[in-house]
Amino acid sequence: MTMQKEEIKLPNEIIEYIEKNSNKKGFEIMILHKIQEIYGYVPRKIAMELSRKLNIPLAKIYGIITFYHIFKLNKPGKYRISVCMGTACYLKGGEDILGEIENILGIGVNSTTEDGIFSIEIVRCIGCCGIAPAIVINNKVYGNLKKDQLIEILSEYTKIEGKEIKND
Amino acid sequence: MTKLKYEELKNMRDLIKKSNKNEILVSMGTCGIAAGGDRIYEILKKEISERDLEDIITVKKTGCLGLCFCEPNLIIKIQGLPEVGYGYLNEDIVYKIITEHIMKKTIIDDYVIFLPTIDLFAKNNKNEFENDIKYIFVWEPDKKKNIYNTFIKKITNKNLQEKIKIYSTKYIGMSNKNPIIKILPENIIYSNFTEHQIENIIETHFIKKTIINEFLLFSDNPNIKIREHNKQYNQIRVVLKNSGYIDPENVNDYINRDGYMALEKVLLNMTPEAVIEEIKKSGLRGRGGAGFPTGIKWEITKNTDSDIKYIVCNADEGDPGAYMDRSILEGDPYSVIEGMTICAYAVGARNGYIYVRAEYPLAIKRLEMAINKAKELGLLGENILGTNFSFDIEIRLGAGAFVCGEETALIASIEGKRGMPKPRPPFPSKEGLWGKPTVINNVETWANIPIIINKGYEWFSSIGTEQSKGTKVFALTGKVKNPGLIEVAMGTTLKEIIYNIGGGIFNNKRFKAAQSGGPSGGVISEDFIDYPIEYESLQKIGSMMGSGGLIVMDEDDCMVDVAKFYLQFTVDESCGKCAPCRIGGKQLLEILKSISSGKAEENDIERLKRISLAMNKASLCGLGQSSPNPVISTLKYFEYEYIEHIRDRKCKTGKCKELIIYEINPDKCIGCGACALRCPVTAISGEKRKPHVIDQLKCVKCGECYNTCKFGAINKN
Ligand SMILES: Cc1cc2nc3c(=O)[nH]c(=O)nc-3n(C[C@H](O)[C@H](O)[C@H](O)COP(=O)(O)O)c2cc1C
Ligand code: FES
Repeated sequence: MTMQKEEIKLPNEIIEYIEKNSNKKGFEIMILHKIQEIYGYVPRKIAMELSRKLNIPLAKIYGIITFYHIFKLNKPGKYRISVCMGTACYLKGGEDILGEIENILGIGVNSTTEDGIFSIEIVRCIGCCGIAPAIVINNKVYGNLKKDQLIEILSEYTKIEGKEIKND
Repeated sequence: MTKLKYEELKNMRDLIKKSNKNEILVSMGTCGIAAGGDRIYEILKKEISERDLEDIITVKKTGCLGLCFCEPNLIIKIQGLPEVGYGYLNEDIVYKIITEHIMKKTIIDDYVIFLPTIDLFAKNNKNEFENDIKYIFVWEPDKKKNIYNTFIKKITNKNLQEKIKIYSTKYIGMSNKNPIIKILPENIIYSNFTEHQIENIIETHFIKKTIINEFLLFSDNPNIKIREHNKQYNQIRVVLKNSGYIDPENVNDYINRDGYMALEKVLLNMTPEAVIEEIKKSGLRGRGGAGFPTGIKWEITKNTDSDIKYIVCNADEGDPGAYMDRSILEGDPYSVIEGMTICAYAVGARNGYIYVRAEYPLAIKRLEMAINKAKELGLLGENILGTNFSFDIEIRLGAGAFVCGEETALIASIEGKRGMPKPRPPFPSKEGLWGKPTVINNVETWANIPIIINKGYEWFSSIGTEQSKGTKVFALTGKVKNPGLIEVAMGTTLKEIIYNIGGGIFNNKRFKAAQSGGPSGGVISEDFIDYPIEYESLQKIGSMMGSGGLIVMDEDDCMVDVAKFYLQFTVDESCGKCAPCRIGGKQLLEILKSISSGKAEENDIERLKRISLAMNKASLCGLGQSSPNPVISTLKYFEYEYIEHIRDRKCKTGKCKELIIYEINPDKCIGCGACALRCPVTAISGEKRKPHVIDQLKCVKCGECYNTCKFGAINKN
């Protein structure tokens, strides 16, 4: 590589990952996955550094990020609530589950609570249709959900953060 | 571990087979874990270790048993007892399993479940039964235990209780409207008898030792003939043969069940041509949706001149409502890897990719482990099994774009680009990844390969129908009693699937339709419930096999709403490259929205049909061509429902919220005011203790009042 060292502010973890896989063709998407794994989204600064490091135009990187639903441009909550809106979950009341979560947290889809603890997004099937309706919070799956279980589930997380959910 | 040569793999297999031990297999696919399987596993591990039982029994993780409705569940194999499963587990039952089943060798009543099929490898590990004891397992649809109690009484009367043990079960591998009994060790299943005939069953079966044909539903003895109308034992596990029986993270378990025997056979005794011939003759067709003959696809790639060729596994599983591929990858990753390796040998490829959805972290983890282990053992990488054949596999993650399941888009995505499809031809088999000939097959297709090589094309093609050979895995979900992963011979009817396997419709509602093929497929209405499920027949009725998502809908589901749901999905997922799909899809969705909110005109139905046709004819890729299918097929069978929405502004199911009218019945309303308090838009008013009214102009149809009222005073129309 012909780049100057001090320009690169990518974390070591990412640099190592890039270098370990430098012989692999078409690896950009995998690198973006890695970035998102670390930050929870793809920060603009990092995308710029990446463009420099890989020597590909920033526009191309953004082209990829915006094409694939999984990549996020904004920082999500500490706990990412993904509500499944696949067919099985939809038919079994996924919309009601979503509505209830929105009610409890007072935010809508693709937004984050003010304290940065929760964010809500919609996913299309997490492969747990047998226990629909389902949601995922970070990596934990909750299935066979009923509306009235949600307060309790969300409270598990607020408790960890030393907070409480207002229930009105 | 060092790399294995051919003879060493053989020796290893012989050794593993000899060391068959007692084991508990806890179902720990993604949904098993979600249901609490991980807790169950931890408790078992801890207890077995603390009680010094580790020499007696091993606790293992396994993939999906397919029985999502009774999770968490497990299978337990222990010398001297028949192999059984336990479902609906909780901590108490787990302790009981340890103290009763493992330590005292007594089966625990009530929680027993059976896998829906017989194990293809049953002969290898059929347990020895102590002292010729017979076991009767009873399943009763009404849970009243009449049959169970009568058996106990009769057996005790005859003083046979030491010889014949009776247990009631939670699930017996199939469903029927009448009680079912399963007799072990002979593995005979009887049903359709009455309480009064129990005496007769005991006399004839156990004392005279004669099979009772009249009641016989199943036997795994090929010499015993079952009456045609009794044949209901319809699941057969070919692809799922290992899922639930092996620890997917342990290659020894795979090898124990004939794993890598096919690769061994291919590398040592078969030419590439012979491998392709075998797959062609088997009649295997792609399981990813289109059903293209797999052998022919391989042959094209083999015959295309190129220095480099690629193998790709399509594990993008985009159908929102399906999880066959996830379960295969989580439960039996080596079978997919072995299948790809065999193909690489046949077509002359050196590199392969598995493109898997990022939404499946557990499948990715298990695949990574399996690939690394296979490399370590010389089953992947340079000089596989000491031959001069080399092949390597890399994992690439999808990133949440449905269109990337389409093969040309998937290839673009592996190349690191936006997942835009390309017009075909050229087909990937000639010009695929980085312009090189590429075989791309679906996960389930790959998982079929090793067993076809092992058991031969004749065995494989004896399953299924004339044009559709083998089995198909379905994710049976929606409004069935027993949702889960099932595998049936091609040609099985929807009725058998829903009623004998799925246990019928949830809450005994009425069946309305089943959707197969996801957003590219269509509905199957009640008129076709007896139709065989195979590629051609489904296409004929406007649906498609798809990859295996089978979603059952009941009388509470609105067909306009379902069509709208799928269109919303495809509009979100259209890549936007071609106009028919980008604009047409949006138009369809807008019209469906206006129908479901009562703002449509009657000629909108004609418009739906016209746009659908144009999209189907003019779209660039399969996504756009097939995305009108849910509209076309619901219109074909349920046009009256569309007309009801348009003409009468009515949605009978209440799914189209904007068409619902909530009204208060003044005769029932006591004026408690509870509904008015709950109403988010203060649309309800009235004096205390006097009937209230809803202001229809303010009402947002949220249904809160309906759910709140304890007096049934709110009418929903
Ligand atoms: C919009 C669209 C989505 C698709 N999604 C998948 C998918 O998720 N998984 C899959 O295996 N095939 C999918 N296919 C089919 C693939 O294009 C291709 O036919 C298949 O991977 C070939 O493998 P097979 O012959 O083993 O079925 C999709 C096709 C289209 C048009
Ligand atoms: S539809 Fe929600 S998990 Fe599949």
